[in-house]
Amino acid sequence: MSAVVHDHDHDHAHAHDHHHGPYKGLMRWVTTTNHKDIGTLYLWFSFVMFAIGGLMAVGIRMELFSPGLQFTDPDFFNQLTTMHGLIMVFGAIMPVFVGFANWQIPMMIGAPDMAFARLNNWSFWLLPFAGTLLVLSFFMPGGAPGVGWTMYAPLTVQMGIGMDLTIFAVHILGMSSILGSINIITTILNMRAPGMTLMKMPLFVWTWLITAYLLVAAMPVLAGAVTMTLTDRHFGTTFFNAAGGGDPVLYQHIFWFFGHPEVYIIALPGFGVISQVIPAFARKPLFGYASMVYATAAIAIISFIVWAHHMYTVGMPVTGQLFFMYATMLVAVPTGVKVFNWVATMWKGSLTFETPMLFALGFLFMFTLGGFTGLVLSIVPIDIQMHDTYYVVAHFHYVMVAGALFAAFAGVYFWLPKWTGRMYNETLGKWHFWLTLIFFNMIFFVQHFLGMAGMPRRIPDYPLMFETWNKISSIGAFGMGLAQILFLYIVIQTIRSGAPAPQRPWEGADSLEWTHLPTPAPYHTFETQPVVK
Amino acid sequence: MTGSKLASLLAGLAATAVSGGAHAVAWYFQSPASGMAQTIDWLHQVIMWIILVIFVGVFGFMFYACFAHRKSLGHKAAQFHENTTVEILWTVIPALILVIIAWPVTKVVIAQKDTSAPDLTIKVTGYQWKWGYDYLRGEGEGISFVSTLSTPREQIEGNAPKGENYLLEVDNELVVPVGKKIRIITTAADVIHAWWIPAFGAKQDAIPGFLRDTWFRAEQAGTFRGQCTELCGKEHAFMPIVVRAVPAEEYTKWVGQQKAAAPKTPAAAAQPAAAAQPVAAADAKPAAQDSKPLPREELVKRGEQVYSANCVACHQANGSGLAAMKAPALAGSKVVTGAEAEQIDVLLNGRPNTAMQPFRQLSDVELAAVITYTRNSWGNKASEVQPAEVKARRK
Repeated sequence: MSAVVHDHDHDHAHAHDHHHGPYKGLMRWVTTTNHKDIGTLYLWFSFVMFAIGGLMAVGIRMELFSPGLQFTDPDFFNQLTTMHGLIMVFGAIMPVFVGFANWQIPMMIGAPDMAFARLNNWSFWLLPFAGTLLVLSFFMPGGAPGVGWTMYAPLTVQMGIGMDLTIFAVHILGMSSILGSINIITTILNMRAPGMTLMKMPLFVWTWLITAYLLVAAMPVLAGAVTMTLTDRHFGTTFFNAAGGGDPVLYQHIFWFFGHPEVYIIALPGFGVISQVIPAFARKPLFGYASMVYATAAIAIISFIVWAHHMYTVGMPVTGQLFFMYATMLVAVPTGVKVFNWVATMWKGSLTFETPMLFALGFLFMFTLGGFTGLVLSIVPIDIQMHDTYYVVAHFHYVMVAGALFAAFAGVYFWLPKWTGRMYNETLGKWHFWLTLIFFNMIFFVQHFLGMAGMPRRIPDYPLMFETWNKISSIGAFGMGLAQILFLYIVIQTIRSGAPAPQRPWEGADSLEWTHLPTPAPYHTFETQPVVK
Repeated sequence: MTGSKLASLLAGLAATAVSGGAHAVAWYFQSPASGMAQTIDWLHQVIMWIILVIFVGVFGFMFYACFAHRKSLGHKAAQFHENTTVEILWTVIPALILVIIAWPVTKVVIAQKDTSAPDLTIKVTGYQWKWGYDYLRGEGEGISFVSTLSTPREQIEGNAPKGENYLLEVDNELVVPVGKKIRIITTAADVIHAWWIPAFGAKQDAIPGFLRDTWFRAEQAGTFRGQCTELCGKEHAFMPIVVRAVPAEEYTKWVGQQKAAAPKTPAAAAQPAAAAQPVAAADAKPAAQDSKPLPREELVKRGEQVYSANCVACHQANGSGLAAMKAPALAGSKVVTGAEAEQIDVLLNGRPNTAMQPFRQLSDVELAAVITYTRNSWGNKASEVQPAEVKARRK
C-alpha cells in the first residue's frame, strides 16, 4: 500500500516540476511542444529567412542599379531571383503567419494548446532543414537553380543538382505546411472554449481556418508538380516534354493550380491580423463581421478557378481566356467587400495611430493599390502587354510586401506586449513604419512605369531608357533593407528592456488574450477553459 | 470582323487621348504602332479612370475618418457594426461595374485571338538565345534566317560606351510590309521563350514541341523593338526582337534581295558592316560554295567570329566552359581534340536535355570554321575540319 502511495507522490512531483516550465537551454527549443515556444521559433525562423531573402533582393537591385553587367553574371542573377522568391514565399511569409497562428489561435479561442502538440514540434523542425537545403543549393556544382520561383519546365531539366535540392526543399516545406494545417483545423474545430461558437471567433481565427483548408488542398498539387519535374530530370519520364508526349504547359497549369490559392494562403492570415488591429485602434467593433467571413470563404473558393490568368500568353483558346478573365474579375467583389468593411470600421470610430495601426493603414492603402493593378492585369489584352514585365513585379510586391509583410509587422507590434510582457519603443516603431513605407514605394511604385514601358522581368541587364527608374528602385531597396535592421533592434530592445506592458495595452482590443490573460501570457494558459458569453 | 472595326474606332480615340510627346521619358506604353496596341492603350486608360474614381472614393472616406474621427479630437466611437443595405450595395455595384468593363474587353479578346486570313505567315522559333524566322506563306515565302543580338560584348561588360539601341539591336531584323496582317506562329527548340513587340501589343509564348500563334498589323513604317519575355536561362536578357516594317514596294525589293542572296548568305542585305557573321539557315539547300576546301587560317579566323556569336555565352571566350550551364570546357576536351566525326555530330545534333542545342542552322562553312577554331585554340592541337566533311555528316 505504501508503495502505491509513494508512486503517486513521485508522479505528482514529476508532474509538478513539469508545470514550472520548460527544459533549460537549447533542448527547450528542440523538444518543445508548447504552442508559444513553437510560435516563437516560427517567428524567428521567418525573420532569418526574411534577412537572407532580403540580402538577395539587395544583390538583385545592385546589379540593376546601372545597365550593363557589374556584379553578377547572368546565371547567378537568375539564381538570386529564383531563390529570393522561393525563400521569401516559403521561408519568410508563410512561416511568419504560422507563427502568429501558433501563438494566437489557442489564446484567442480559449484552448490550452494546439491539438497535436508533438506534431506541432515536427511541423516546425522540418523547416530549418528545408531552408538549409534551399541555401545549400548555391554551393552545389552549377549553383542554385536559375529558373524563377515558378520553376517552369523544361528549363528545370537543364539545371544542376541545386534544382534537386530545391525540389526536396519544396517537398519538406509542403509537408510542414500540411501538418501544420491539419493541426490548426483540428484545434479550431475541436478545442474552442464553451460558448465560443464559430461565428463568435475572432476574424484572425476564421481566416486561418480557411487558409489551412487552402493549404491542405493546394500543397499536394505543388508536390506533384515538382515530383514530375524530378522524374523528368532523372528517371526518363516526359510529363513536360513534347518529344515524349508531354506538355510544358501542363506544368504551368499544375503549378498555378497551387500558385493562385497560394496567393491567398499568404494574404488571408494578413487580412485576419488587420481585422483584429483596425477595430482595436478604432475602438469600435469590426463592421460586417459575417460578411467578412463569407467574403474570406468566397475568395478562397474563387482562388481555385482563376489559375490560368497567370498564363494568358501561353496561347489558350479564346473561351479559356474569357472564362479565366471573368472569374478573375470576380475576385474583386469579395476583396472589395473586405476593404469597404475595414474603412467602415474606422468610420465614426475613435482613432489613434500607434505603430500597429499605422502598419494596418499602410496595408489597407497599398494592398488595395495592388488589388487595383490586379484588376488591370485580369483584363486579357492588357495582361498580354504587361505579362512578365516589371508591372507584374510591382503588382505582386504590393500584394506580398505591402499586403502580407505590412500585416505581419502590424501583428508583431500589436501582440509583442502580450508575448514579451514589455512595450516596444513607440517612436522607433513609427520611424520603422515611415521608413519602410517610403522606401517600399520608392522600390516598387516606379516599377509600374518600367513594366508599362516594356522592361521584362528576370533580366540582369536592360536597355538604356529604363535606367532612371531602376536607379530610384535600387536606392529604395537599399533603404528598405536598412530599415529592417531598425526593426530587429526594436524587437530586441523590447525583449531586453522594454517598459512593462499592462494586461490590455490597446484600449479597443477585446479578444480573449487581452481580456482573460495576464501580460506576458504565462507559459501555459487556459488549462481551465473560459466560458464565452 | 467587328473586333477590328472596334479596334480602329478605339484607335482614333486613343490617339487623341495620348499626347505624342508623352513618351520622351519611358514611363508609359511605347507609342502604339498597331490597332491592337492602340486598343490596349485605350482599355488601360478607361480602367485606370474607373480605378481612380473608386480609389478616391474609398480612400476619401478613410482619410476623412483618419482626420475627423480621432480620439485626440475627442471623437467618441459609434458602436454600429452592420448595415445590410449598405453591404448589399457595395457587393452589387462593383459586380455591375465589372460587367460593364467585361463587355468591350470581350470583343477585344476575340479580335486578338483571330489569326485567320493573314497576308503573311511567319514561323518564329525561340532558341537559347536567338530567334529563327521562317517565312511560311505569302510574299517572301521560303526566306529563312536567324536573328541574334548584335550589341558587342564590350558594351555589356562596360568596356565600351553603350549605343542608343543597347540590347535592342540584332544582326538580322524581321522585315514585314506595312498595313498587312502578319500571322506569327511560335515554337521553340529548347525551352519556353516569348516573342514580344510592345508597339504592336503582340506577345506570344514560344513553346518547344507546340505551335501557337498571334498576329499584328503594323500601321506605320519604322523599326520596332522588343525582348524575350519568358525566362529562358542564362542569356534571357540578350535575345531581343527587332521588326522593321517597310512600305509594300520596299518589302518586295527586300524579298528580291533575299532570294538573290539566299544561296550564299541570305540575310546579307540586313547586315550591318560591323556586326557578327551572318548565320544563314542554309541546311535546307546547302550551297555549292559551302563544300569548297578552305585554308586553315581562314577557317580559324572565321571560326572565332562564329564562336563569339554562338558559343561564347556558355563555353566562354577562353574555352573554360561554365559549370552553371553544364557547359564543359572545350580547352583540353576529349571530344574537341578527338575524332572529327564525333564533334561534328555534337554540333549538328546537340546534346539532348542540355543547353547544347543543334546548330544545323549554321552553314557547313561556319560549322567547319568553328570546329576548326575550337580544335586549334586554348592549347588544343588537332586536325582541321573542312566544309565537305560537315556536309557529309548532315544527313
